[in-house]
Amino acid sequence: MAKVNVYVTLKPALLDAQGKVVQGALENLGFDKVQSVRMGKFIEIEVDGNGNLENDVEEMCKKLLANPNTENYRFEIVK
Amino acid sequence: MKFGVVIFPGSNCDQDAYFAVRDVLKQPVEYIWHQETDLDGYDCIILPGGFSYGDYLRTGAVAKFSPVMNAVSEHAAKGGRLIGICNGFQILCESGLLPGALISNNGLRFICKYVNVRVANNKTDFTNLCTDGQVLSIPIAHHGGNYYADPETIKKIEDNNQVILRYCDEAGNVTAEANPNGSINNIAGIINEKGNVAGMMPHPERAVESILGSDDGKLILQSIVERLS
Repeated sequence: MAKVNVYVTLKPALLDAQGKVVQGALENLGFDKVQSVRMGKFIEIEVDGNGNLENDVEEMCKKLLANPNTENYRFEIVK
Repeated sequence: MKFGVVIFPGSNCDQDAYFAVRDVLKQPVEYIWHQETDLDGYDCIILPGGFSYGDYLRTGAVAKFSPVMNAVSEHAAKGGRLIGICNGFQILCESGLLPGALISNNGLRFICKYVNVRVANNKTDFTNLCTDGQVLSIPIAHHGGNYYADPETIKKIEDNNQVILRYCDEAGNVTAEANPNGSINNIAGIINEKGNVAGMMPHPERAVESILGSDDGKLILQSIVERLS
């Protein structure tokens, strides 16, 4: 069994409205050193570790977990 | 001609679309469950608004793998008419049947109100009863209606006259103030390259009788009938 952590984020060119709201809130709290906040999704997958796991996860990201038009993704396999 | 309205788990404008076609357009129409795999005999498929599969993960992301979507793609490939409204538009973009994507509204608010849209191309299967530049009053109701595509794609669809509706003010001016959700170049509706697939965020099925506040939406739906009759 392996655990895979997938991180999906909006492409930098896109306005991240969620991130902007949180950035504003942090500034209101007095954290004036905050330069920018980007928010995304964290997806934890448990998977049978046999076969070419790397390729499988790549496929999962491309087909479903991220929209290539608007999002970037990266993942790490935690054994 | 016959219409079909697809129902996904979470569709909530299916009955409005059905009503608009049956009671206002007086055309035959049937509901299509999301597990159907055969769409033979339908001339126009409507993907209605709602929150397919709860819109978990991303709007439309799960719906694109519904059993019915293979048949929907085949229908479109054969030249059949297909219109996605609101969540239906999001599903068509996710499926790659239309270019681009719909992301969260600027400001992150769910917006439910009448807006004005300007007809940008009246030569299509979905706008042929409108005049070019005509301003239609049609409601929107969405949280993720902010149309996005990379600059290359935007240029391609604009050069190709694939934009059919743009958010505008009452006088038809396409301005930043009249843009409710941040969509690039105020884009509210597009068609595919072949011209048989349309997607739009405003809800024409909710504006088919003046008692509803506007019957401008009827022009969009009636245009499909006009083209196929």
